[in-house]
Amino acid sequence: MYDIGKIHLARSVRDAIAALSADPGAHVVCGGSDVLIKIREGKLAGCSLVSINGLKELAGVALEEDGTIVIGPATTFADVTRSPIIARHAPALGGAVDQAGGPQLRNVGTIGGNLCNGATSADSAATLLTLNARLTITGPDGRRETALEAFYEGPGRVRLAHGELLTAIRIERRDYEGFGGHYIKYAQRNAMDIATLGCAVHVRLSEDKRAVEQYRLAFGVAAPTPVRCRGVEARVNGRPLTEKTLERIGEWALEEVTPRTSWRASREFRVQLVKTLSRRATERAILNAGGAAI
Amino acid sequence: MKIIRVNVNGRDMEVAVDERESLADTLRERLRLTSVKKGCEVGECGACTVLVDGRAIDSCIYLAVWAEGRRVLTVEGITGPGGELSPIQQAFVEEAAIQCGFCTPGLIMTAVEIVGTGRRYTRDELRKLIAGHLCRCTGYQNILNAMERVAGVAQRVGGE
Ligand SMILES: Cc1cc2nc3c(=O)[nH]c(=O)nc-3n(C[C@H](O)[C@H](O)[C@H](O)COP(=O)(O)OP(=O)(O)OC[C@H]3O[C@@H](n4cnc5c(N)ncnc54)[C@H](O)[C@@H]3O)c2cc1C
Ligand code: FES
Ligand code: FES
Repeated sequence: MYDIGKIHLARSVRDAIAALSADPGAHVVCGGSDVLIKIREGKLAGCSLVSINGLKELAGVALEEDGTIVIGPATTFADVTRSPIIARHAPALGGAVDQAGGPQLRNVGTIGGNLCNGATSADSAATLLTLNARLTITGPDGRRETALEAFYEGPGRVRLAHGELLTAIRIERRDYEGFGGHYIKYAQRNAMDIATLGCAVHVRLSEDKRAVEQYRLAFGVAAPTPVRCRGVEARVNGRPLTEKTLERIGEWALEEVTPRTSWRASREFRVQLVKTLSRRATERAILNAGGAAI
Repeated sequence: MKIIRVNVNGRDMEVAVDERESLADTLRERLRLTSVKKGCEVGECGACTVLVDGRAIDSCIYLAVWAEGRRVLTVEGITGPGGELSPIQQAFVEEAAIQCGFCTPGLIMTAVEIVGTGRRYTRDELRKLIAGHLCRCTGYQNILNAMERVAGVAQRVGGE
């Protein structure tokens, strides 16, 4: 038995928002794979929940007429990976969420829960950052949109007011078309472990595939929240693809991240991972973008 | 208490559940489907794995009320009417993939999901697909042998 004070099973987004607005202490629960664990740990003992589990209007992946990919926040990791739209247009994202937990977890854990939980280790976050993901947030006063990058406030904290729900994750065509991407999760085991460090890259090459047109780099667990490395990106954009550039990406990245020591790994080890993984992820992303091995 | 309508092992039923209970508790305590084991109760070990609408989930971190209108399958639902073992269970017996047996029902249900896809899998793919289960006895090799019997590729050409 979970120590839940009360639970409202929402029948629609509207109903969920109304229930949240009426109960200032209520928490949202979707797949439950973060919330239920916290309840077991006694952290949310006696809590009041509003469940959006299984709401059809929040699940599934669609492609809008202008090419925008729209991912429902209640889409499970497994359904993101399985989506033909994701496989075709954003395969790095499908590959990233396929590394979360194990198979049973991926059948319940949702991509929206992963972002709203705010963990720096969230396996979907770094890749979505490099896809310039935008979030639609719906509350009692209507809808607003925000960049995923601006959504993070601090460790485990996101900019979501009480009564608000994440209702869509959007990726515009210009942010995925022509890009190649790759996510590397470094963990202590191959499954059922959260990332010691995660690194995502998306890159678009020039027409002759010899230079970088647009480069995007992001990390998980290299800072209190998932982070984009805008400084590195500015230095790499427009450069020819050379060993020298590749070599320096990791060094430059270190100027923008603040890895710490935790029980999982020391700061020094994470520094090494930032250097090594950013290079490896970039090499793979270049191949995926149609470039040659350097 | 709340009454949920759910299909368990092929039978439509109405079950009165506490809104705070996990599906694992409902299956074990109310329906006496004790093949569903509880090891960790935090989604780490896979002992409580059942299928919900054909997908393997950890029933310890799934609220019973979420099963409303869904199909739930446990090991009790895959044996024949006279208790005959299914081919998957038979493979586990023949490969000696069972020692203490605590992890077995969960692994069998994951195998049911895998076999249900109709695809064939390599050993490496199968390793990834059973990664949500902990077995403290067998060392996994015999489990993989059993899985290969029911879902493996017959023989790979070229040594790869
Ligand atoms: C065994 C185990 C292994 C795990 N391994 C990994 C891993 O490898 N990588 C990883 O990234 N994560 C992992 N997790 C964490 C978890 O599975 C993910 O963060 C998952 O994406 C959470 O989604 P959920 O729907 O289950 O979340 P829930 O628990 O339902 O919700 C998570 C948070 O988001 C909020 N929320 C959910 N949906 C919305 C919404 N639409 N609008 C507003 N707020 C919302 C909730 O209020 C809560 O704060 C693991 C968890 C377990 C139990
Ligand atoms: S008891 Fe459910 S995963 Fe361990
Ligand atoms: S047989 Fe004992 S835990 Fe697997």
